[in-house]
Amino acid sequence: MVVNIGPSHPATHGTVQIIAELDGEKVLRTDVHCGYLHRGFEKECEDHTWHNLIPYVDRLNYCSALINNFAYCDGVERLMGIEITPRTKYLRTLLAEYSRLADHLTCVAASLMELGAMTAFLYLVTVRDAMYEHLAALTGARVTYSYGRIGGLAADVPEGWFKRLEEILRDYELYLERVHGLVDRNRIFIDRMRNVGTLSTAEALHWGFTGPILRSTGVPRDLRKDTPYLAYAELDFDVPVGILGDNYDRYYVRMREMDESVYMIRQLMDMIPDGPINVDDRRCVFPEKQLVYGEIESLINHFKLVMEGPVVPAGDVYVGHEAANGELGFYIVSNGEGVPHKVHVRSPSFVHMGGAHRMLDGYQLADIVTTFGSINMIGGECDR
Amino acid sequence: MTATVFTQLEQSLLQSLQVPAPPDADEALPLSPERPVRSLGVQHGILVLELLPEALVRVARGLRDDFGFDLFLDVTAVDWPDRTPRFDVVYHFYSTTHHVRIRLKVRVHQAADATAPDVRPEVETLTGLYGSAGYMERECHDMYGIVFRGNADLRPILLYEGFVGHPLRKDYPKQQEQPLVPYRPPQSALVR
Amino acid sequence: MYGKQLPIVDVTRPAPAGASAGSATPGKHATFEYLTTRKDELVGWARKFSLFPYPFVTACCAMEFMAVSASNYDTDRFGAALPRFSPRQADLLMVVGTVTQKQAPILLKVYEQMCEPKWVMAFGVCATSGGFYQNYASLPGIDRIIPVDIYVPGCPPRPEMVIDGIMRLQEKIANGRHPIINDRF
Repeated sequence: MVVNIGPSHPATHGTVQIIAELDGEKVLRTDVHCGYLHRGFEKECEDHTWHNLIPYVDRLNYCSALINNFAYCDGVERLMGIEITPRTKYLRTLLAEYSRLADHLTCVAASLMELGAMTAFLYLVTVRDAMYEHLAALTGARVTYSYGRIGGLAADVPEGWFKRLEEILRDYELYLERVHGLVDRNRIFIDRMRNVGTLSTAEALHWGFTGPILRSTGVPRDLRKDTPYLAYAELDFDVPVGILGDNYDRYYVRMREMDESVYMIRQLMDMIPDGPINVDDRRCVFPEKQLVYGEIESLINHFKLVMEGPVVPAGDVYVGHEAANGELGFYIVSNGEGVPHKVHVRSPSFVHMGGAHRMLDGYQLADIVTTFGSINMIGGECDR
Repeated sequence: MTATVFTQLEQSLLQSLQVPAPPDADEALPLSPERPVRSLGVQHGILVLELLPEALVRVARGLRDDFGFDLFLDVTAVDWPDRTPRFDVVYHFYSTTHHVRIRLKVRVHQAADATAPDVRPEVETLTGLYGSAGYMERECHDMYGIVFRGNADLRPILLYEGFVGHPLRKDYPKQQEQPLVPYRPPQSALVR
Repeated sequence: MYGKQLPIVDVTRPAPAGASAGSATPGKHATFEYLTTRKDELVGWARKFSLFPYPFVTACCAMEFMAVSASNYDTDRFGAALPRFSPRQADLLMVVGTVTQKQAPILLKVYEQMCEPKWVMAFGVCATSGGFYQNYASLPGIDRIIPVDIYVPGCPPRPEMVIDGIMRLQEKIANGRHPIINDRF
């Protein structure tokens, strides 16, 4: 029997269509079909200046928009040959980890909710909501921040922000402890998650899995350790790995990664130096507002940056950052104008969807829900 | 990651692919069947090779088996409407052992028109080497109309059945909408 | 809507045999109108506090939808707590996020599967107008394919905005006409 699940199905979240061939309750073969959220990101990129893309980039992975921001800015900065200031470097690292925390919280909350663990969902979303409000104090938005800038950041940290951050991290520990207590050794939870959606390392690599899914199979492959970018080389952290590569391992890898992120954030809070956040480069950084109003050179500079966009030297660059779901790559091609020739996103979710059938075939129909939750498909970056 | 790693990699790569070293003056010679691979050097931290389409699968196999590039990251195309081989098909690979990325570039021609139907933007598929190539090639086919020879499953993935044209080609107008088609389940490999 | 003369009793038609002679007088008609108005108010009051939303969740706004329905903002206070993941059991279709050309026929199908009475909320600027995605792929506003009762713009809207939207929808429901027996009553 062939059953069509999705794209708008009671049991799944996100817009994905899974066509499953069943034998009783057992799934024989699946065909995963995505693209229901294809919003033409790459076409929009070819129509906007390098700066104007930042809001679009945000909406790729809306769970951790800041990581997208910084990866994109990193790509453009490499093309322009810009070295960001130390303060920005540390701040970006901190915010990337903070975003990873929010992303994993969302993923774990959603997948637990689909198993019926509403309490855990409410706990995790409460923490996440505090983080959203906290980020809104910094960036002005709760979900889609548009905070990264080419050559720096939109604004410096407001007064008292780090103090509140410490409070939220303590709340996080309190609530996460409760979630651990609720589900970790819960018989129902283990029965639903253990030995379901198992993946071996060789298979995971063959199908292009990265991030927590690859790590849950037992390889400590993490771009933050392997090819350190931003300030990761100076941080002390572990790369948690799983054993079996099943749903339970993926859940636990995410939980452990959050703890590592908190550990990193605490280190970074002591490391952030004072200084400017934007580089002194008139090719991409906007002049200060009062200078724009009072000085003709700055006015022209501002006008050129807004109307024509920053001029990025011709060339192509690929940057890969460790996003919350795996390797987020930007392949950026410039032909020397203020508008990109091409921006391509190597999104982890899309690749994971290509291999998702390896984790669904051979298990029960009800396991589709848990496995799909543990992949954490994000429609925005999957379909772009 | 140091430059020496790349130099060594580059040399051993070209050696194993048996690419004759060009005389210094001929660095910019176009690729030919006798010399199907050319190194474009290290660009922004990635070793870039340009190849003829015929050499693609051989090179990719060599990269996977002999050099440990076990993760196929990405395939996409770049449209240069004014150039004669119109498209660049760009591949990215990553080695989880050496932590190095490599980029392969292949130039392919545009489908001319009805009078010359055999000139299609065509490259060999990599699905035989990497499972992850399947989905990414489908996307590239959707967006640019590149045909991956040997990939049996080139159904639309991001677009819908019945979408005419390839939206990421530069000659596709950004706002050109297509009439809404009634809901049809995607032709599934299972249903077929 | 209240001023409209409802065709409950046809005053021009002679009263059927057996009915009392005074049944078609204007005074009696006013009584009927009064009754139906009170009935609409009663039904509207009941309906506005038992909204069963169907979240048609596609994109970024889902993050805010989660926040709205979780403890801090809690739509339970407005009787709109329990998301029904089946269109048959829902009466408020919340279109949360971008609807693309590929998704549009599915949205239409979901809308058609919902039973009357039904209301539609466009959650976020993409559902309202397409937002800043103006290209071949995305639908510029869901009102191209289904009628919308309330628009909540914002990218994504803050939870307070969504709650405000729900309250305004409740106002609209309370002031609306609610035929329950047939199309005349």
